[in-house]
Order: sequence, then C-alpha cells, then structure tokens
Amino acid sequence: MTALRNIAAIFGKEWRHYFGSPIAWVALFVWTMLFGIFFYFSFSFFLEQSMRIAQQGMEYGGGGGGMKISLNEYMIRPLFHNLAVVALFIAPMLTMRLFAEEKRQGTIELLATSPITDWQVVLGKFLAASGLYALMILAGLINVALIWSYATSPPDWKPVATGALGLFLLGACFLAMGTFVSTLTRNQIVAGILSFCLFLGMWTLGWADDPTSGPVLKAVAYLGITTHLEDLVKGVVDLKHVVFYLSVIAFGLFLAHQSVESQRWRA
Amino acid sequence: MIEVEGLTKRYGRTTAVDGVSFRVEKGEILGFLGPNGAGKTTTMRILTCYLPPTEGTARVAGYDVFAQPMEVKKRVGYLPETPPLYPDMEVAEYLEFCARIKGVEGKERANRVAYAIETCRVGDVRRKLIAKLSKGYRQRVGLAQAILHNPEVLILDEPTAGLDPKQIIETRELIRGLGGSHTVILSTHILPEVSMTCGRVVIINKGRVVAEDAPDNLVRRLKGAGTTRIEVRGAEASVLEAIRAVPGVIAAHPRGSHDGIVVADVEAEAGKDVRAELASAVVTKGHGLVGLQQLGMSLEEIFLHLTTADAEEAAPAA
Repeated sequence: MTALRNIAAIFGKEWRHYFGSPIAWVALFVWTMLFGIFFYFSFSFFLEQSMRIAQQGMEYGGGGGGMKISLNEYMIRPLFHNLAVVALFIAPMLTMRLFAEEKRQGTIELLATSPITDWQVVLGKFLAASGLYALMILAGLINVALIWSYATSPPDWKPVATGALGLFLLGACFLAMGTFVSTLTRNQIVAGILSFCLFLGMWTLGWADDPTSGPVLKAVAYLGITTHLEDLVKGVVDLKHVVFYLSVIAFGLFLAHQSVESQRWRA
Repeated sequence: MIEVEGLTKRYGRTTAVDGVSFRVEKGEILGFLGPNGAGKTTTMRILTCYLPPTEGTARVAGYDVFAQPMEVKKRVGYLPETPPLYPDMEVAEYLEFCARIKGVEGKERANRVAYAIETCRVGDVRRKLIAKLSKGYRQRVGLAQAILHNPEVLILDEPTAGLDPKQIIETRELIRGLGGSHTVILSTHILPEVSMTCGRVVIINKGRVVAEDAPDNLVRRLKGAGTTRIEVRGAEASVLEAIRAVPGVIAAHPRGSHDGIVVADVEAEAGKDVRAELASAVVTKGHGLVGLQQLGMSLEEIFLHLTTADAEEAAPAA
C-alpha cells in the first residue's frame, strides 16, 4: 500500500511537471497533428486505391463492387508505422529531464532521504511518462474513431486496438530506456541526445533482417524494436512480441534502478 | 538519539570524513562547526542515508543508517545546503508532495502542511511559484519541508547561509524553538550562530573532530592559550627581550608605545597562564609594570586556532 502511494505521489508530481511546463502540451500538439496528417494521407491513399479497384472491377465487368481491399492493410498499418517514427523523436523529450533535472536541482537529495525506495521513484517516473504517452495515443485514436461514424461497413476494430497496443509498447520501451539514460547525467540536453541515439540504435537493429542474412544477423534483427510491431499492427497478438517488449521495458527500468542506486555508492 | 562511531568516508583516494565519533542526546541542539570542505556535509549526508559510510557506524533514533535506512529516513528531517525545491511548483503544492513521499497519511497531511507553513512563516507565499521566491523564503520553505513529518531528528546543513541579518535571527529563533521537541544537528561556519543556538559544538577539520564541548566551556578551556596584554614602562627593546625570555611565551608583539610605556601582546603556549611570570620578569629587570590584562579568546580565535595548520597540537590541549 505504502509502495503504491509513493509511486502515485511521484507519478502525480511528474504529471504536474509535464503539464505545468510546455512539454506535455508540445508533445500532445505535435503528436496529434502528425497523427492527423498521417491519418489523412493514408486514408486518402486508401480511398484512391479502393476507387481504382472499383473502377477496374466495373471496366472488366467483374460484377458487384469488385474485390475489396483491406482497410487495415492500406491504412492502419502504414499509419502506425509512421507514428512509431514519431515516437522515436518524441520519447526523448518525455524522459530526458526525469532524473537529470532532479540531479541538477539537487532535489534528488530530497527523494533519496525520504522514506521512499529507488524502485518507487523509478517506477513512478516511468509510469508518468508512459501515462502521458498513452494519453497521446488515445488522443490520436480519435481520428481513427471517425471511420466508425462515417464508414458504411465498419472496419475490423481488432487491428486498430492491437496496433495501438504495439505502438504503446514500442514507445514504452523507449521511455524505459530513456529513464535509464536520464539517470546518467545532470544535463537534460545530453540525456536527450544520448537517448535519441540509443533509440535509433534499437531501431536500426531491425534492419539486419533480410532474406540473405545468416543466423547471427537474424538474431540481431530479432532484437530490433520495430521487428515486433509487424504482427501487432496486422491485428495478431503473438505473445512472444508482447513478452519481448515487456522484457525491454523491464531491462530499461532495471538499468535505471541500478544506476540510481550505484551513483550513491560511488558518489 | 544520534550515535556516531568511527565514521569514515573515502572518495577514491581522498578521505572526506576520518574516524568521526560523537553523540547527540534527545532534545539537544548540536552545532557542527568547521571550515568549508571539512566534511560537515558528508557527515550529514551519511546520517540522512544519502551516502553510505566507508567505515564506522551511525545510529539515528536507535536505527543503523546502513542496515535500516527506511526507519532512519522516517525519523529524520533534512535540509541540504541548497534547499531541494522544485521551481515550477507552488509552495503549498510542494509541501503537499513532500508530505506524501514522507509518508504523512491522508487527513494528517493537511494539518502537517499547515503546521509547517505556520511554523516557518511562509503563509503569505503559499500560492506563489517557488521560482519566484527570494533566497530567504526558499530557505524557509526548505526548512518547512524538513519538519513536515514531525521528525525526531532534524539535520540542517547551513540553514542560515545566504540570508540577511534579520532572516538569520528569525531562523535561529525558529531552530531554537524546534530544539527540545526535536534533536537538531546544524552545520555552520558562522561562529556566533553556534554560541547563540547550540548547546554543544563539535568542531571538525579535515574530516576529524578536533574539539567537542559546550561553546562556553570551549572558550573557558582555551583561555590560557589566549593573549596577554602587558604595559611596561621602559625601553622597548629590553622590555621585549625580558618578556621573550619567560618560559612558555611563544611570541611578543609590540603594539606601540606612548609616554615611555611599551604595550605588547604576549602569546603563550596553550593552557598556560604566564601572567605571574611575566610580572616578575619585567620587575626583576628594573622596568615598571603598568598593566597586565588577559585578552580572552573568542570562539572565532579558538576556531582558527583549532582549524589552522597546528590543529594537531591544539587538539590534545583542548
């Protein structure tokens, strides 16, 4: 109980910082705007494609409306892929100050001398960042919800839900790792840049995957952060992908905790 | 309430705190005195469980800082050298957050926050952003944070640093008021502060305790090591020669002469009263003794005495 209360206290404080400063508003603004733009483009692309196919169907007299193209394949999947790129850029913004700022202000001393464990601090901060990120995703999904109110035959909701889940998990991996990087320095900007480089590294590991690559490269590619998004945006919840993301999150938080603890030992 | 034994902290090859031992009884206000870099802050950080000691033990309210840090943290209020404030929070909001992480429960919390605001007189800025506060208010908000959870022990690192004289007096009064119900350790390098607020003082230099006593006792015990002012009728050279010949005299500094009377300040060995010897030496030489007066050593002088290069010799005498 005490643990939950302490985590909630840190969570509340971080949200207060996010929304008391421009960070949260800028992040929400940029994210929802890009979400809308990508949604618009993928939606028009989808409409073009279905129009073209319908036309072809009529020309060749296939009868009825011709073949149907998948909304998920043409719209949801590219949309979520694009947003994963946006998450790559926005995640450092959310995590860079988490610990760096506490160290610079000396408030880390307050946290460290209060009856609250390092784990509670790390978890509270991580959950605050992921909470804001979840809010961003939900705000963006309003765009997608419009399809339901306008489409004559409502699309399958499952790929949207699993895609959003995948997008959230992918971002949460960044946030966990970013929390760790933020413990390493008292300079936010340094933390931000280092985090971005680390996230980019996690991202590019996935590029090792191509049909000609051997077992080593295949293993490397498996560690790539986007590799595991593929199935989820298709609406397939494969436990191994979820477990992969959760492991990365746990690993990042573990590193953050070790770092916070060990810095006091070495100080 | 606080027992420190053989506390040592090394950073790599430098030793910040070297075998420090002292005790603080319940309700006492202990002054922790020393030049900058003496190891005051490090000792305080160990007592608040911010840093682990390299060697030695420290117990606060019966709990070991190393083995039971959570129990210690619940009982200690700590004001670091720079108050740990969030500039983007309002004062009341900040105290509310501090109360939460210090484990002050629901209903009690509002009472404690109100109490801390009242005690530290920050009521008129409670809705102000901390970033906009003056140094004095920041210090007070930091102090309010330290007393929020009604801790048995208060550890204050230079609580009056950077305040104006009026604020310093107010803060001292506040701390004196907290003593009795709380056990207080405060560090400072401002000496009058110690004699005004503390019941006992520990002087620390280069990581070691060089003296420990009530401020008055320290002054009394070291008085012998003070200076004696002597006024003699006679020729300056021969007077000084006579004075310097007295056993126990380290140096004689002429302070000028008027109407044929030589005034000199005589420095004697620690713990030695050389007045009688001085008088007879001067008289035997045929000079006229006009005045002889012991100049008391202020806490300042004691402090300098203990913490300058000859600290090693001075310590046993103290």
